Amino acid sequence: MEIKDIQEEIIEEFAFFDDWMQRYEHMIAIGKSMPIIEEKNKTEDYLIKGCQSKVWVYPEIKDGKVVFTADSDAIITKGIVAILLRVFSNQTPDDILQADTKFIDEIGLKEHLSPTRANGLVSMIKQLKMYALAYKSQQN
Amino acid sequence: MKTGIKHTSFDVEKIREDFPILNRKVNGYPLVYLDNAATSQKPRVVIDAIVDYYSNYNANIHRGVHSLSQEATDAYEKARVKIQKHFNIKNAHEVIFTSGTTHSINLVASGFKEFLKPGDELLVSAMEHHSNIVPWQMLCEQTGAILKVIPMNLNGELEMLEFVGLLSNKTKLVFVNHISNALGTINPIEEIIEKAHKVGAVVLIDGAQACAHLKPDLQALNVDFYVTSAHKMCGPTGVGMLFGKEEWLTKLPPYQGGGEMIKEVTFEKTSYAGLPHKFEAGTPNISGGIAFGVAIDYLNAIGFEKIAIYENQLLEYATKKMLEIEDLKIYGTAKNKTSVISFNIGEIHPYDIGTIVDKLGIALRTGHHCAQPIMDFYKIPGTVRASFAFYNTFHEIDTLINALQKAKRMLT
Repeated sequence: MEIKDIQEEIIEEFAFFDDWMQRYEHMIAIGKSMPIIEEKNKTEDYLIKGCQSKVWVYPEIKDGKVVFTADSDAIITKGIVAILLRVFSNQTPDDILQADTKFIDEIGLKEHLSPTRANGLVSMIKQLKMYALAYKSQQN
Repeated sequence: MKTGIKHTSFDVEKIREDFPILNRKVNGYPLVYLDNAATSQKPRVVIDAIVDYYSNYNANIHRGVHSLSQEATDAYEKARVKIQKHFNIKNAHEVIFTSGTTHSINLVASGFKEFLKPGDELLVSAMEHHSNIVPWQMLCEQTGAILKVIPMNLNGELEMLEFVGLLSNKTKLVFVNHISNALGTINPIEEIIEKAHKVGAVVLIDGAQACAHLKPDLQALNVDFYVTSAHKMCGPTGVGMLFGKEEWLTKLPPYQGGGEMIKEVTFEKTSYAGLPHKFEAGTPNISGGIAFGVAIDYLNAIGFEKIAIYENQLLEYATKKMLEIEDLKIYGTAKNKTSVISFNIGEIHPYDIGTIVDKLGIALRTGHHCAQPIMDFYKIPGTVRASFAFYNTFHEIDTLINALQKAKRMLT
């Protein structure tokens, strides 16, 4: 599926909920089904800076696509990472680099987009794109 | 100029009317502000004092001959005297206006560079805020002095016997907070000061967390340095106090060079101004200093005894209610503590709890509270902290408890 379609799918899913509590509960549920990073990769190298909770993201390249696994010690943060991975994992470096993140606003998680927010969503997106950029330059 | 409102008896609803921010909603819910240990809210009189200064007598102080400058200087210096009287300080020139506690500590640490030699020892408590650790570590790096730690027990109380064991004629400086920001512990500073003085050590007490809850008598304490910030005691941010005994302030070199702190300047040599101006280079936070004085008047009009009694009731009620939540663990259970409760619920990350209760309009603090060594001591990544002020209510505590239960359900 293309990034845009996945984003549409997530927006539709979240539109189903009327209040923030249900949206958060859904996000937490998504977090529970996230592809989890292997324990051995939970190292300082894969830790994302700028989060109050710990977030690890591990990238791999498979058939020209970037596949991410991740984890967090906070479950709301884990839910946020899981949503990002649903969108960005298993995509080509080019598609990842071109993708925007407006859908986060549309699913009612706008407050997490603030650069000063302690969960570091902005740092996470930046890191995912950095990995994509690194793979892209390797391919060239 | 307006001064403090008179409160004849403790009526929390009446007091709440003094704080405009307490009327607002956050995420659709009435604000429940329980992050008072980070900063207090400001009463109308303090906000008005800042507006009044900029609207009616804004001018630079100490140097002008014109009337406005004189009015501003008078108001600023009156604030210094208010601070002096409030803390029972012997001389007004022993009160140095700073930008806050961190600035005050850095000023003293920097000044001690020339009084220390390799092998000298500095004692810091295990429950300090980073701002009362890092400047001293920097000082040790520069001088070869050694930083030693006064340990604490699991309740978050200092081990006083170990403290005495650490004291020796090598001990030059001791710095401890009056009240811990992360645990709420009130430290036995009278005893610490007395015992440190017996070996000839100089004592600095960080009062940032204390001065909203109690009124220290600095002459009775016989402390060498006492520092605090206005913003935790209903005053504005960016202004604070350094008290130093005259003998020490005279000995310490100036911290920053600039205008205001000089007596005479030529390109060959500059002689410095006397106290307090020697440490007050540049144009200060004039409105902040004036409003600091107003905040002190405001708190005194309510009365520190009444504040302490009421806040203790809030603390007791909140502690009892919180412990009814299964798996909730409180960090910092000192016998003598103020209205700060640091806690975790089971394995739930503090960040998750903070995020959920924020959606319900409740402001709590999560994380390491700028006191990572305490978190390392308890082997936890951080805590959730609820800190209460005299304008909080029992009803707000009930709201918090309901929110925590809701968060717990969502997060487990």
